[in-house]
Amino acid sequence: MADPVLSLRDLRIWYGAERGAVRAVDGVSLDLLPGETVGLVGESGCGKSTLGRGVIGLLPAGAGHAGEVNYKGQNILELKPKRLRAMRGPELGMIFQEPMTRLNPLMKISDHFEEVLKIHEPKLSRKEARNRAMEALRGMGIPPTRYKQYPHEFSGGMRQRIMIALALVLRPAVVVADEPTTALDVLVEAQIIRILADLRRNFDTALLLITHNLGIVAEACDRVAVMYAGRVVEQGPAYDITTKPSHPYSRELLRSTISLSTTELHSIPGAPPDLVSPPPACRFHPRCPDAMQICAQQWPTTVATSPGRRSECWLHSKDQIPKGLDAPLEREALAAAEEA
Amino acid sequence: MSRAGSLRGYVLVRIALMIPMVWVLLTVVFLMMRVAPGSPVSATLGGKLPPAEIAEREAALGFDRPLIVQYFDYLWDAVRFQFGTTVTDGQTIGSLIVENGGATLTLTVAALVVALVFGLPLGLIAGRYRETIPDAFIRVFAILGYAAPPFFVGLLAQLLFAKNLDWLPASKMASPITQATAEVHTHILLIDLAIDGNWDGVWDVIQHLILPATTLGLLVMGVFIRLVRVNVGQALGGDYVEAARARGVSERRVVSRHAFRNALVPVVTVMGLQAALLLGGAVLTEQTFSWPGLGTRLLQYLNSRDYIGVQGLITFFALIVVFISLIIDIVNALIDPRVRY
Repeated sequence: MADPVLSLRDLRIWYGAERGAVRAVDGVSLDLLPGETVGLVGESGCGKSTLGRGVIGLLPAGAGHAGEVNYKGQNILELKPKRLRAMRGPELGMIFQEPMTRLNPLMKISDHFEEVLKIHEPKLSRKEARNRAMEALRGMGIPPTRYKQYPHEFSGGMRQRIMIALALVLRPAVVVADEPTTALDVLVEAQIIRILADLRRNFDTALLLITHNLGIVAEACDRVAVMYAGRVVEQGPAYDITTKPSHPYSRELLRSTISLSTTELHSIPGAPPDLVSPPPACRFHPRCPDAMQICAQQWPTTVATSPGRRSECWLHSKDQIPKGLDAPLEREALAAAEEA
Repeated sequence: MSRAGSLRGYVLVRIALMIPMVWVLLTVVFLMMRVAPGSPVSATLGGKLPPAEIAEREAALGFDRPLIVQYFDYLWDAVRFQFGTTVTDGQTIGSLIVENGGATLTLTVAALVVALVFGLPLGLIAGRYRETIPDAFIRVFAILGYAAPPFFVGLLAQLLFAKNLDWLPASKMASPITQATAEVHTHILLIDLAIDGNWDGVWDVIQHLILPATTLGLLVMGVFIRLVRVNVGQALGGDYVEAARARGVSERRVVSRHAFRNALVPVVTVMGLQAALLLGGAVLTEQTFSWPGLGTRLLQYLNSRDYIGVQGLITFFALIVVFISLIIDIVNALIDPRVRY
């Protein structure tokens, strides 16, 4: 197996809030191999976007962090801002959720491209920069005639393709795509996903695809990490996880996906926990249909359920549960525990 | 449609929209002047002449005709830029504007320069370093500048810089010697002096200009600072700014290129509205500094109830504001491509 291009080790990111620290990312370890697409799925508010920003070192002021984001042998979270800025673009790229507002409305598309190329490849002549930009745009199906136009002259799907071209024009080794299709309609969504899936073939770009749509994961990703309340609860090959999820949260999330064969709507009762004071032990136990008494008392160990596959759930290490604690969790007991 | 064509279309539509705007404006000015009872003649000479003679003079000026006739008469005059002759000193509004407009123009332009030169950078600093000590100082300064009336600020400035420190002249537009030697070319004293190569005179006028221009500039600067501050802050939190940072654009460039330019769009828009503030402030500033501009004349006519003079000058001020807002809209369209559609 190739060495990972990016590896997160026990990454923790928190925001200071009045009530205490919001632990948006709480101990995540994840590897990204060259040319690999990893899907990061989970509900809104489980820390996916924070993780994605942490990966390129783009955290807001006031965010704290611990752990490592290793890229080419260095922890980028420890780099000086100037070094990190030089890496953003040519090494680490980002594609955002909302393409409509991500381009500067007063700058032409050409200005956007020439700006990044001038910053990161100052030796490039104007003409070469132009050619590079046009080539990147053509790759995304944007005709060169529209190079000198303003962002408002493009549709949402086109703007997202421009954003992708803008990220790819520097040929970064790692790209984080934060819900790149959420704001777009389904046809455009399919188009964007196809473009992203082609990335690994055309370049050797590793892609961290953040989404809450499991259909996209099955189609475009090699591996999947399922995130809940700041933790990766399960990770493994995309096919395995989308067909045979081993963590109850992944399973419930998958059941909630709406498709043409859906006959009734399924949802997970409750809401993701407050990340200032998350539930003790397993974060998912208050909503988990399989919760046992141990789940509210002890942190589950991470178990490799099959090659390349890990799951953080007591169901996979039943032999380690002390006697009597494998009984189903009483919901009344749970309510009492929460009040305490 | 080509880009130039769409800009031209926008400008033409904007100019066409000026016509109803000016019409409403003229109507309001006319009606306001007629709300008060009596006529300019009775207001000025009432009690001094027998009623029969007043009625006779009113008739001579046409004030005894029905209001609607006077209204159309006034509109027709306005279309031809004829605003009549003042009752008290028999000057045409046109000659007033020519004679005193230069002083007001000099003052307002200088004040605007002061407001922009100091207001924009201060607003940028405050927006960039929000919730810091410099920001707090700048904000208090901005509020004071906007809230303090020009006649008060002007008085303090006169006391400090003219009387106590004796650095600058306290009032008037120039020393008597400069006034006496100046020849009239453009009716703008500063330019006239420069044409004659009278640099001592130019320096003299600039010295006289500093206090009133700063006084009036402070008023407008307060608005600029707060506006730029809010917009820079907002732009810096904007999605495209985060996206630019994600592409490794330096913080300096993010502020100057991405945030500041976007923050200027609403500032330019509001500058049109500032024209009204500037002219209103000019009336007060001119009076405080005995500046021989249109504002001083307007107050003079107001005090002597010369309705024709007041009506003519207010109409002129209003037309200026309308015209400036047109210019501002065109500038805005040039800066922000989205405006044209």
